[in-house]
Amino acid sequence: MEDFLRIGDKIIKNRLFIGTGKFPNKPIIKDVLEASEVDVVTVALRRVDAEADEENVLNYIPEDRILMPNTSGARNAEEAVRIARLARASGCGDWIKIEVINDNKYLLPDNMETLKATQVLVSEGFIVLPYMSPDLASAKRMAEAGAAAVMPLGSPIGSNRGIKTEELVKIMVDEIDVPVIVDAGLGRPSDAVRCMELGCDAVLVNTAIATAKDPVNMARAFSAAVKAGRLAYTSGTGETSEIASASSPLTGFLRDEK
Amino acid sequence: MLIKINGKENEINAATNLFELVADRGLNQDAIVIEHNFEIIPKEKWEAIILKEEDNIEIVSFVGGG
Repeated sequence: MEDFLRIGDKIIKNRLFIGTGKFPNKPIIKDVLEASEVDVVTVALRRVDAEADEENVLNYIPEDRILMPNTSGARNAEEAVRIARLARASGCGDWIKIEVINDNKYLLPDNMETLKATQVLVSEGFIVLPYMSPDLASAKRMAEAGAAAVMPLGSPIGSNRGIKTEELVKIMVDEIDVPVIVDAGLGRPSDAVRCMELGCDAVLVNTAIATAKDPVNMARAFSAAVKAGRLAYTSGTGETSEIASASSPLTGFLRDEK
Repeated sequence: MLIKINGKENEINAATNLFELVADRGLNQDAIVIEHNFEIIPKEKWEAIILKEEDNIEIVSFVGGG
C-alpha cells in the first residue's frame, strides 16, 4: 500500500520538503531537487533589484514540483496577506507558507497574527500552511480556520539544533487532525528520522542541506532519513523497558542445570 | 516626474505606462509581479496603466528562501 501525503488536491510522495535559500549557487538547487526527488519546494518573494541582475530561482526548480512560496518578511497578518496575494499572482499555484515574524533574534513566529492571516487567506482560496510555534491551542484554531497543515518549528530557523520542541510537537501529532510538518531547525538526518518516528507527516529542511559541504548528497541523506522514519512510524515501534529482555531463547543452553 | 519604485524615488518620463517601465528596466516580464498603488496589476493590463506623479510601484519576484 502506498503511503502518500495529501495536501489540498495534491498527492505528495516525498515527505521531505526543501527550502531554496542559502545555497552556494543557484544551479545546485536543481541538482538537489532532482537527486532528493522532493515534491514540495519553498521560495521567498522580494523586491526586484534591477542592477543586481540576479538569476530567477524558478529557472532551477523543475516545473513538476509544487511551489510553496513563504511570506517571510511579514511582521503582521496584513503584510503576510499582501505577500501571499503577490505570490499567487505570479501564476505558480495557490500554496502559501505563512510566516509572520516580529522577533529578530530568535525568528520565532507570531501565532496570533499567523492565525489572522490564515483565516483571510483560506477565505481567498489559498492552500495555507502556517509556520508556527508548537502551541496546541493555536494549532487547533489554525486547523479550524482551514489550514491545510500546521508547521511547528523544531528549533530556531537556521540553528541546526534539531527537534527541541519534541514534547509539544508530539502532543500536536496526537491532537491535530491536519498534517503536522516540522519546519525549521532540523540539522541532521537523524533529527528528521526522529520527527517522522513521532508521527509527523513531513519535515521542511533548508539550512542543513544548503550549508552542508555537499548539499546534493545531504539532500539524499535527508530524503532517505524521512523515508526511514516514516516507515518506522507506520510499522509501529516496540515497547521500551528499563531492563533487558532476551532476544534468544532462555532454554536449551549447552550446560547442565543444577 | 517622480514615482516611487520599490521604496525609492525614481525620475521617469511623463505618460509612461507600466509595460514601458518594465521594458525600460530590462526586467523579465514573466518573472515579476507588479503592484500599482497597492493593487496587483495582471500583465495584460500593464499597457493600460499610465503612471502618474507620486505613484507607488512594487516590482517583486521569487528568490531562494525556506
